[in-house]
Amino acid sequence: MSIADLTDVLLLRNYNTQLVVLSTALLGLSSGLVGTFLLLRKRSLLGDALSHATLPGIAAAFAIMVALGGTGKWLPGLLMGATVSGVAGILIMLAIRHTTRLKDDVGMGFVLSVFFGAGVALLSMVQRMPGGSAAGLETFIYGKPASIIQADFYLIAAATLATAAGSVLLVKEFTLLCFDEGFARTEGWPTFMLDVMLVGLVTVVTVTGLQAVGLILIIAFLITPATAARFWTEKLSSMLIISAAIGAASGWLGASISALLPNLPAGAVIVLVAAAVFLFSMLFAPARGVVPRYIRGRKLTRKVGRQHFLRAMYELLESQGDPDDPIASVPNIPVPLEAVLAKRAWKRGELKQILKIADAEDHVEPVAQGYLRLSEPGFGEAARVTRNHRLWETYLVTHADIAPSHVDRDADMVEHVLGADLVRELEEVIRSQDAKMADAAVPPSPHEITHA
Amino acid sequence: MKTFVSKAVDPAFAPVPEPHEHPPEIPLAVHDLTVAYHRKPVLWDLELNIPEGSLVGIVGPNGAGKSTLLKACLDLVPKTSGWVQIYGEPYKKQRHLVGYVPQRESVDWDFPVSALDVVAMGTYRQLGWFKRVGKKQRDQAHEALEMVGLGHLADRQISQLSGGQQQRVFLARALAQDAQIYFMDEPFAAVDAATEEAIVALLRTLNEKGKTCLVVHHDLATVTKYFDYLVLLNMRVVASGPTEATFTRENLQKTYGGKLNLLENAVEALRHVDR
Repeated sequence: MSIADLTDVLLLRNYNTQLVVLSTALLGLSSGLVGTFLLLRKRSLLGDALSHATLPGIAAAFAIMVALGGTGKWLPGLLMGATVSGVAGILIMLAIRHTTRLKDDVGMGFVLSVFFGAGVALLSMVQRMPGGSAAGLETFIYGKPASIIQADFYLIAAATLATAAGSVLLVKEFTLLCFDEGFARTEGWPTFMLDVMLVGLVTVVTVTGLQAVGLILIIAFLITPATAARFWTEKLSSMLIISAAIGAASGWLGASISALLPNLPAGAVIVLVAAAVFLFSMLFAPARGVVPRYIRGRKLTRKVGRQHFLRAMYELLESQGDPDDPIASVPNIPVPLEAVLAKRAWKRGELKQILKIADAEDHVEPVAQGYLRLSEPGFGEAARVTRNHRLWETYLVTHADIAPSHVDRDADMVEHVLGADLVRELEEVIRSQDAKMADAAVPPSPHEITHA
Repeated sequence: MKTFVSKAVDPAFAPVPEPHEHPPEIPLAVHDLTVAYHRKPVLWDLELNIPEGSLVGIVGPNGAGKSTLLKACLDLVPKTSGWVQIYGEPYKKQRHLVGYVPQRESVDWDFPVSALDVVAMGTYRQLGWFKRVGKKQRDQAHEALEMVGLGHLADRQISQLSGGQQQRVFLARALAQDAQIYFMDEPFAAVDAATEEAIVALLRTLNEKGKTCLVVHHDLATVTKYFDYLVLLNMRVVASGPTEATFTRENLQKTYGGKLNLLENAVEALRHVDR
């Protein structure tokens, strides 16, 4: 396989693979849209039960068509059979839910295994039927996009575009159904009918996807793009677009790769491409990805540690000032390392980490061994941090009825995230009660400060 | 399986036909309402007439059927017998007059929508099928969010809101429904002081506009402060009426303390037969 081959396939210049690549891309697009709602309705496994339940229908449709004198390979006929038995499987699932107290997963597991078992048995029976050649029916189990011909393409294109249109048309209704079914019902929306429509769309996508992806893996094609898309956004409209794009891209890319590597099962390749996108999204998507979240958490921890250090220094320096006028005369003198350590019960290692950050920001200056001294900007920053802390404490005491002895801890977490406008707001609130307090460079602490 | 009471014989289980003559058009009339889950009765023979413009607290112990009463009024659970009328008509015909605030835990808040999106859902019914939320609906939703003090958080994803803020988003959605009568299922459950204040202020505002509000409530200490009408519920209506007259030690004892022996025994018996 050369790069030129791959680009030919990807860019649809290869006539043999053109239809295949387009079909799977369209399938991916509509399964991305429909899958988003299936996921948000928390019915992902319903798709799995549905796809497995199609197998006996395929075998039966084949048998009937052969008995009627055809070859049994007419795709629309096979898909009709798949639809009928898939829907029957879902109806049985619903019946189990409504007539017994069994949970949904039991019904799904039952339908999935029994229908699939029956399908496999039927398939081996029809393969022995005289007149028809059942070879190729297993395409529907594992998927074989290369078997898509022109007539199949028209069918797939029409079905997928119709489901895509349907889910776009019903965005508002499906959103309400998925988010708050009870509210939807009180508002007079026919929630049962909406569920039927959603499952109907899932059925169409599943059945048309059988030939390309196969009934075992089609569920991954339905769920993976939507799950991956969720990592990128908090908005449903964007999630739909991203999910459709991921689905279409994995279909396109997966079918192209498998066209060039005919020994690999195509359904598996397509699903693996989608899974790779999922993995990447889970790790690196800025909105909800694992790595960006870890980095944000670490940044906050570092910021908190730095601010704690600065405030500890400031309070220690404060205790060295003129006791009659503690606010005006805070000297910036070297502070023993031991005193800083004792102040917040830091371990040596922790403080070392924090000092590294402080050093990088030029907040500390080198002095004699065992002592720490704030630099000019570090001292200013320490005063600012302490001021925010105390403003917030004062606010909690005066406005939120929190006992002064408890205020330190409560203030601690919030103050680190105070933005400039929130600080200004705080000043306004406190000024209305005590102007001196709000305007002080660093107001006095509302509670006693211990230096351990 | 043998059943304990035959539906045809026991009048409590016999469907009561909707009356042809409507009672006076009060916001909520409940007659002979019985609701059962899996043959276990939750509400027995409820009779209620809620006067227009009242702030109604629905109070009772856990499992008293408070939420079930709301759900039965809104056709969310099937009635075993009896009927409910909103302004003299069945609920089906009066949806446009009703606002609903479900329990906060009833939905998954990690859903990819913003506060404004949720509130806008209150306008979906008037929009109808297929139509998208437009400027008018967004304005309406914004206004409702302002009323609960969350105007500045309109674009915030709902999982990023505090519990109290989520509760207020649900209230705002009910406001966007622009109703005459509001059903609220434990809006005060586990909310912060600011939210409690906001909800109380909102109830007052609605009350001043002549709206009727039914609120499932847990905190006995605040009942007299918040509500002017009371329904004391424990599977049946223990007492209902203006708060001063209803909120008595005797009634409370009947609701919470006094063992409803007969009823409990009957339920117990039913449960055994069902198995």
